[in-house]
Amino acid sequence: MSQAMWSAVFGRLDLNSLDFLRMFLHPSMNDMILSGAAWLVIIGAVVTVALLTWFRLWGPMWSQWLVSVDHKRIGVMYIVLALVMLLRGTIEGALMKVQQADGLHGGFLSANHFGQLFSTHGTIMIFFMAMPFLTGLINIVVPLQIGARDVSFPMLNSFSLGLTVAGAMLVMISLVFGEFSTGGWTAYPPYTEVSFQPGVGPDYWIWAVTLTGVGTTLTGINFVVTIFKERAPGMTFMRMPMFTWSALCTALLMVFAMPPLTVATMMLAADRYLGFHFFTNSLGGNMMNYANLFWLFGHPEVYILILPAFGVYSEVISTFSGKKLYGYPTLVIATMAIGFLSFCVWLHHFFTMGQDANVNAVFGIATMLIGIPTGIKIYDWMATMYRGRIRFSVPMVYAIAFMVLFVLGGLTGIILANPPVDFEVHNTLFLVAHFHNMLIPGTLFGMLAGYTYWFPKVFGFRLNDRWGYTAAFCWIVGFILAFFPLYAVGLMGMTRRTVSYTNPAYQPWLLIAGIGGAIVTLALVSMVMQIVVSVRDRAQTRDIGGDPWNGRALEWATPSPVPAYNFPVIPHIHALDPFAVAKEAGFGYQEPVSFSDIHLPGDTWVGIITAVFGTALGFGLVWYIWWLAILSFAVLAVTLVGRGLLGDRHPVTIPAAQVRRQYQAWLAEVRTITPVTRALEWDPRNHGVAANEYFQEAAE
Amino acid sequence: MSVTTSPPGMSLVADHAHEHDPAANALSGFWLFMMSDLIIFGLMFGTYITMLTPMSFAGGPGPKDLFELPGAAMETAALLTSTFTFGLASLAMKYDLGVRRVVFWMMVTLALGLVFLGLEIHEFAHMVAAGAVPQRSGFLSAFFGLVPLHGLHVTAGSIWLVMMLIQIGRTGLTETTKSRIARLALFWHFLDLIWVGIFSVVYLGGIA
Repeated sequence: MSQAMWSAVFGRLDLNSLDFLRMFLHPSMNDMILSGAAWLVIIGAVVTVALLTWFRLWGPMWSQWLVSVDHKRIGVMYIVLALVMLLRGTIEGALMKVQQADGLHGGFLSANHFGQLFSTHGTIMIFFMAMPFLTGLINIVVPLQIGARDVSFPMLNSFSLGLTVAGAMLVMISLVFGEFSTGGWTAYPPYTEVSFQPGVGPDYWIWAVTLTGVGTTLTGINFVVTIFKERAPGMTFMRMPMFTWSALCTALLMVFAMPPLTVATMMLAADRYLGFHFFTNSLGGNMMNYANLFWLFGHPEVYILILPAFGVYSEVISTFSGKKLYGYPTLVIATMAIGFLSFCVWLHHFFTMGQDANVNAVFGIATMLIGIPTGIKIYDWMATMYRGRIRFSVPMVYAIAFMVLFVLGGLTGIILANPPVDFEVHNTLFLVAHFHNMLIPGTLFGMLAGYTYWFPKVFGFRLNDRWGYTAAFCWIVGFILAFFPLYAVGLMGMTRRTVSYTNPAYQPWLLIAGIGGAIVTLALVSMVMQIVVSVRDRAQTRDIGGDPWNGRALEWATPSPVPAYNFPVIPHIHALDPFAVAKEAGFGYQEPVSFSDIHLPGDTWVGIITAVFGTALGFGLVWYIWWLAILSFAVLAVTLVGRGLLGDRHPVTIPAAQVRRQYQAWLAEVRTITPVTRALEWDPRNHGVAANEYFQEAAE
Repeated sequence: MSVTTSPPGMSLVADHAHEHDPAANALSGFWLFMMSDLIIFGLMFGTYITMLTPMSFAGGPGPKDLFELPGAAMETAALLTSTFTFGLASLAMKYDLGVRRVVFWMMVTLALGLVFLGLEIHEFAHMVAAGAVPQRSGFLSAFFGLVPLHGLHVTAGSIWLVMMLIQIGRTGLTETTKSRIARLALFWHFLDLIWVGIFSVVYLGGIA
């Protein structure tokens, strides 16, 4: 095949870009790991396909999951994606820890490979672990908490998921074909321009992030409208659960903060593909524009990541303390204040990049201001626990660890917010320790708490608590060991993103951090074990009544697993914590007087088509395979326009009689279950109906 | 439907009054989309303004060398008139003056949109012929990032217009079609507004 033919068909793909061959071509420790990762992806894909075929699961997976627009199923798919990416991201993190522990005068990884590792680690953890995780939880929980049948735009929801999956697929594919960027998750030009990285690396980053960025913007629009328009009668704003409030704030941030990212990545793409000069060194490019655009997105993004976790903690602490949330209005105001302030501090990510000292001072003060609403939240949660009926359940363990560790991390943030101090420690591991201290106890623990807390609502059985505690303690101890030493080496002057070093004083600290990385890996193993054991023992942890934790918000008033239509009739809300209030008065399980037909949106192929052809579009663009890119874009355009013209062709109507039958059967089953007290929360006798113990105590 | 004694907290009563209004939801979603899009344009404007410096001209042509008012004025006239004719289409739809009139004014709008695009492409071709290509300087990159982005939006709007004409042909003026045309009208006026910004900042500001 001639050279021209080859590049017309395969773009710039060639034999050297096949990573799984490199272990044979250049046998070294570094290339063994590189190829090993490629083989893991290939084998993982083959095993998944084989298992699905062996158990004949293609049909059910297609009809019940991939084409579904049910918000709960879409949410579960987001979280599955997040957990898979968490696996990869954490292993990459642990690998970097081991390299640094071994990195005095060398180590076993090449600088280039290390650069790819920290770039994919950051990109994955932010865009393909944390974002899908929180989007998944919001998807599952918010419509239930506000008493809605589904989100406002179910097809759009599926489309957003497809875009996020496509972005994640590109990052996975970069393990097999070619290399990823070495420019970090922020991809600062001019280093990510063609002159410094002519290969495919930054292009993978650009298209992965752009696809998921657009998907996230659409998710934001979807949830703002859902929360504004789909609330049940009587569900006023000040009766919305705290998680829904934080979801609203997050969705608003998505609408307004994702566009700067899209602008930044598209400009970088214009530079790389079309020879523009937005950020180049030559001909009048200005990379400071990139720094500003990226962090105009990047800082609100931090709050997109943390606010849903705050929401989860609010629910978890209130439920597992058996008390209503202390200071609900102040929590609402604090959340919205954080959302507003998040747009006013972006410059603190580059204090050292040459602006006036007064400008730095303004942004430093604005940064410190965020500590105030966050502090209010911490006090509110502590006051909620005060004299509560506290159970140290797995979500509660995460929540308590969060409160202690997050305050410590916040204090280091206040230190960094001071520009003169920031000049000393910027670009050191002190900063790396700080933001991991915020994002792991903040976002990740929050997501894992939410995952444990709402798992029975979705699947109808509880997660195994023994493995849950093991995972939680491994995460907590592993995190502390892995990141607290980095504060020390950071203050000693060790720069971030450093593959090896010559100062032996760093090594003891990095050895401790390496041990922490190993313990975090054990946490991952525990989480996998937890799923296996929980599924095996699911008969003993069945949640039938749908209320295993004596919950307070509306989602606990539904059966577990929740039927596709969520509520037999849309509830009318008369109070904050409606389900708790109703239960205390003895009206927890009501029978509606009459039922009516329920209309639900029909399945759609839009999501899966988007996932497949979005991936192909990105792949074509990365490798200059223009025919593939054009074809994929055309397929996507035709799909969307076609769907727009034809509309939902298969809407579902569930007859009132069927709803009545299902609901009455569930009520009858609930009445046969003995309600359990909180002392028996983790006992096999807990079938999801809570005894009304606090009310009785108060009456006595 | 009223309940005489409603239980505390929450009550399960079938409520037929609580129906969804998909058109209102779509309209809200579309407003949010436009806000999001406005952020994109705002940042493109911001980038353009920061690139109006000799450093970013990089020895190449600046706004005074490139822009002429007559061409931009003609583009403005075409787009502003098209937003007026779309307004007439919306009025015809609102007061049920007949499908034919709605279609007529939408076609006039489409024609004016295409005239605008033609004039714009002509202007770009003129610039390219003079060597003012985006690869020449940071300033020109910012110009070709901002103005053609608006042009792309007008192109998308035109395609949407064609789709709506097809839909009217297929199903007539149904509620769905009407609600879509209402959103398209909003989009079209939004693009007009952006153009007023471009005309003021890029062309008037550049020549002044």
